[in-house]
Amino acid sequence: MSKHQLDYLDELEAEAIHILREVAGQFERPALLFSGGKDSITLVRLAEKAFRPGKFPFPLVHIDTGHNFPETIQYRDEMVARLGEKLIIGHVQDSIDQGKVVEQKGKNASRNALQTVTLLDTIAHYEFDACIGGARRDEEKARAKERIFSVRDEFGQWDPKRQRPELWNIYNGKIHKGENVRVFPISNWTELDVWNYIRRENIALPSIYFAHQRDVITRNGQLMAAADFLNMDEEDVIERRTVRFRTVGDMTCTAAVASEAFEIDDIIDEISTSKISERGARMDDKVSEAAMEDRKKGGYF
Amino acid sequence: MEILKFITAGSVDDGKSTLIGRLLYDSDAILADQLEALHRSNRKNDDGSIDLAILTDGLKAEREQGITIDVAYKYFQTDKRKFIIADAPGHIQYTRNMVTGASNSNLAIILIDARKGVVEQTIRHSFLVSLLGLPQVVVCINKMDMVGYSEDTFNQIVTDYQVLAGKVNLANVTFIPVSALKGDNIVHSSDNMDWYGGKSLLDHLETVDITVDDTAAHARMPVQWVVRPQTEELHDYRGYAGRVVSGSFKVNDKVTVLPSGFSSTVTKIELLDKEFNEATAGMSVTVHLQDNIDISRGDILVSSNGKPEVSQLIEADLCWMDTRALDTSHTYFIQHNSKLTRCRIQEVLHKFNINTLEKVYDEEFKLNDIGRIIIKTADPLAFDLYQDNKANGGAIIIDSRTNVTVGALMFRAAVE
Repeated sequence: MSKHQLDYLDELEAEAIHILREVAGQFERPALLFSGGKDSITLVRLAEKAFRPGKFPFPLVHIDTGHNFPETIQYRDEMVARLGEKLIIGHVQDSIDQGKVVEQKGKNASRNALQTVTLLDTIAHYEFDACIGGARRDEEKARAKERIFSVRDEFGQWDPKRQRPELWNIYNGKIHKGENVRVFPISNWTELDVWNYIRRENIALPSIYFAHQRDVITRNGQLMAAADFLNMDEEDVIERRTVRFRTVGDMTCTAAVASEAFEIDDIIDEISTSKISERGARMDDKVSEAAMEDRKKGGYF
Repeated sequence: MEILKFITAGSVDDGKSTLIGRLLYDSDAILADQLEALHRSNRKNDDGSIDLAILTDGLKAEREQGITIDVAYKYFQTDKRKFIIADAPGHIQYTRNMVTGASNSNLAIILIDARKGVVEQTIRHSFLVSLLGLPQVVVCINKMDMVGYSEDTFNQIVTDYQVLAGKVNLANVTFIPVSALKGDNIVHSSDNMDWYGGKSLLDHLETVDITVDDTAAHARMPVQWVVRPQTEELHDYRGYAGRVVSGSFKVNDKVTVLPSGFSSTVTKIELLDKEFNEATAGMSVTVHLQDNIDISRGDILVSSNGKPEVSQLIEADLCWMDTRALDTSHTYFIQHNSKLTRCRIQEVLHKFNINTLEKVYDEEFKLNDIGRIIIKTADPLAFDLYQDNKANGGAIIIDSRTNVTVGALMFRAAVE
């Protein structure tokens, strides 16, 4: 009897591809939520492995807060052109214009929370029954308990008490009309796994992940990119620093870290020795201890 | 580097949370911002040291309602291996949680309180580990500091446990005396138990054999999706997408498609821009066959040299996971890898009293009940016996009214 065990990146990759193909096989109108961050870029690569030379059995969906890093948008558009796949954009600005959400006021105003409404509207409009996302269980303790196939009710709500048992590699995607499933193929990956995979696969990333010179201000101990949508006042001192972004969300809620990591090898070294968790640079998680849990219950991914 | 997935079985009182906390803390898996929150906490041990159990604390919803919500997954790595812990807490729904966590694990850690020895709960945990067919078991005899690090106490519990292991059919059991609270034999070898010559828990987890069976006769690939670009250039392209769940397929291997029974030969195994001569267990690939046969999602490719059972009537162990009891007159869905069909539980043969290991003859199947049943499926299933091949021997039952997963099945025999 021959014996064998896959290397961890091969195993994680195979698991994610299996999950993506289950989505294709089980749902009628799936979508892949693409944020322009490294996790969703990794998902796109995995989808190529799962379905090429065929087309993706789902469009890419970007919920655009309008406060993105320009580098992210440029990357997105080039990537979509290269892939020849369909991109659907849901604009938070439209939700604001329609009066469905109200823009936050004050210094730390962010559209991050508003995007949930745009996401739910986009899901409803296109009648998506499954939305694939790049969330990982190592990020945060609410995510640590979420299923790979996570059923949401018609309001997009996650109910931790009503989760389905998920056994072996068998995923139950049966839902009632109006419900949808959030699917997380890289649930079992860590931040370092994602980076090691990006290096192994030689995947291009938006330039802001790498160290660069940028005007920043310091707020609540965090370095924020100086941008027009940041409500700045005289207390905010703009400095030119060498920084990079460890996670890429909306400009108003994603902090930079001082870094000299110009190449992917430097980034992997930096993360391997880092003593701060990835979401430590996310203002949206600092609101309260249960911030992510509360947002998930409200329909966030 | 490989991944070891393990589950921890034990109640709060056995020090399970402390054990996981200790494993993470002593292997430097806790980052500064998490550590800061730990030190800031008001909860401390009696001697003023930080309470490592906080690291496994749950959600707000759990704290508010004083309940625990099934399995939480934790990740850490050392220079030798990556680890995924399925932390299955909970008292009321313990069986359901543990079965869920164990289904995806290579190893189980069973905790025993050194002061109490083998208790009813130990029997339950060991039975479930055996039912789910986990290849490796580590029995951590915890709170050794509370029994003066006594070798006699340890030996007595080992002897008692071996009797139990024999009854529930557990092989590959390793015993480690530990104190999660004090850190003895969790990551670092203990100075307090010179009489113990074995490895620390982490050392064991880093080195235990977790290789999987790659026997060609067990080659199984459930088809999930058919890749058909239907472009001018790739007009005849037809690739069967799936994950090899056991065994291995090579180019030129003879394969059979079940349940139809048609045979063909593997001509190509690929994934994106890579081609492979062999696809081994665990790999997700796209397979091409010589003949143009009708294959769709739900079919399975198997080695022509070692075929699984094909039947519509199957004897299986069932674990019931829903608050609504099993209804033998109701038609449920069964999902077996990529195959979904309808089913009915035709007969309940017996249930297990999982505290005493006795058979119970009682038709009613409620939440957390486990027993032997006969299931009838609308379409034939191509399956292996769970004890021979877990990857093709388990299935879930879905309630067609609620769409919820209500049962876990482990196939034990095809009924003639």
